Amino acid sequence: MHMLKMKDRDVVSIGDFTLEEIEGIMDHAKKMVPIAKGEKKSKALDGKILSTLFFEPSTRTRLSFESAMLRLGGEFIGFAEPSVTSAKKGETLADTIRMAEAYSDVIVLRHPREGAARLAAKFSSKPVINAGDGAGQHPTQTLLDLFTIKTEKGKIGGMNINLVGDLKYGRTVHSLAHALAMFGAELTFTAPKDLQMPEHVINRVKELGVRPKMEESLENSIEDADVVYVTRIQKERFADLAEFEKVSGAYRIDMDMLEKAREDMIIMHPLPRVNEIAPEVDSTPHAKYFVQAFNGVPVRMALLSLVLGVRK
Amino acid sequence: MREFRVQPIRNGTVIDHIDSGKALKVIKIMGIDENVTSVVSVIMHVPSSKKEYKDIVKVEDRELNPKELEKIALLAPNATINIIRDYDVVKKTKVKPPERVAGIVRCANPNCITNAKTSMDTTEPVEPEFVVESTKPLKLRCIYCDRELENPEENLI
Ligand SMILES: Nc1ncnc2c1ncn2[C@@H]1O[C@H](COP(=O)(O)OP(=O)(O)O)[C@@H](O)[C@H]1O
Ligand SMILES: [Zn+2]
Repeated sequence: MHMLKMKDRDVVSIGDFTLEEIEGIMDHAKKMVPIAKGEKKSKALDGKILSTLFFEPSTRTRLSFESAMLRLGGEFIGFAEPSVTSAKKGETLADTIRMAEAYSDVIVLRHPREGAARLAAKFSSKPVINAGDGAGQHPTQTLLDLFTIKTEKGKIGGMNINLVGDLKYGRTVHSLAHALAMFGAELTFTAPKDLQMPEHVINRVKELGVRPKMEESLENSIEDADVVYVTRIQKERFADLAEFEKVSGAYRIDMDMLEKAREDMIIMHPLPRVNEIAPEVDSTPHAKYFVQAFNGVPVRMALLSLVLGVRK
Repeated sequence: MREFRVQPIRNGTVIDHIDSGKALKVIKIMGIDENVTSVVSVIMHVPSSKKEYKDIVKVEDRELNPKELEKIALLAPNATINIIRDYDVVKKTKVKPPERVAGIVRCANPNCITNAKTSMDTTEPVEPEFVVESTKPLKLRCIYCDRELENPEENLI
């Protein structure tokens, strides 16, 4: 891992990166941790400006990008809501991007439509980082998830990773499953029948040589897990409230459920959580979702400095 | 001696080896409708060599432009294009399905950025573009939203 060619690269989809490149980004992120925590100071991105264009609200992703830029001595401009932008006046995304390209060195984009980041990358000579495009990709989330498993468990390959909850509509779990398969993780998909992983994701994972285990009961599947990755099951997916409550209850992680888990099993969640994880679980050593949220900062610091060609 | 099911044409184009049943779509691609001004023959379900059937379209005084050729290649990847001059076939080419197509099919994902309209009804300055993943069956993947187009034939522009 010596020739990581990341300068000027766009980060649109996790599929644009090789295993070696992902490893390289994670190695770089590891070095960023003390700076992300404020224990060490850096001026690596002094004089650089990031545009954060959020056409859709987001808290974690936007704040962690802004924090990442500031921690590295850079600055940011942008908007957190489309209502204040010229999109309301009929400006195309392509034109907004050309403007941001002129005003900054790197662009982070969150947009409600699939393909927005790919389009933005086409119109910008400055690197574009996709911070979520509709139901499409969210590659920095995938990277921070991988980084969290790597740092907490020491490796990804061979780990038994149990994805739980709404696997059908959950946007993060599709690209995560794909990436985990690239690393040779063992995968378990635990979901109600109607919310199981879509066929195309299962097929892609199998093409990568992984035979995912499909489970309906978390009580059964939690035992073998090294990592349990929980996602929210949304009420809107159910015709009837009683059915929703029954299902969401069966996938909730509480102290009883934890009795069946391995001692060193870790729990992850992309957040925000509602009822999927009981608050008492937060203080157990299993809970890693807040560390995971923190990891968004060093991973995004690594990406920003790599695409800007600054490697310190 | 050739056997002709219809009157031979003097000048024009014969599109042969169209997948059986697709002739009407080929006609549509060529923009041939009720305002047609030249002789057009459509021959459907002709037995072809290998226990299979094909369609043939013959149009007088007309050649195909590159966009039409691309679309026909997608719909009928086995088609041959015969240019007829003075009753003879002067040029015969097999269509070649492209690896990428731009501006001839639209993305069926309503939430794709290529289908976005701003509040002033302007659209993004790009043509919808697809990677041709296979031609039989026809599989197109949008280079923007990454979705596979379920029914490309219904989404020709
Ligand atoms: N003058 C013509 N008028 C109408 N159709 C023609 C004419 N010449 C050839 N064709 C048709 O064009 C196609 C290609 O012709 P040809 O090259 O002779 O046959 P093949 O491709 O089967 O070897 C055939 O379907 C044939 O019937
Ligand atoms: Zn699309």
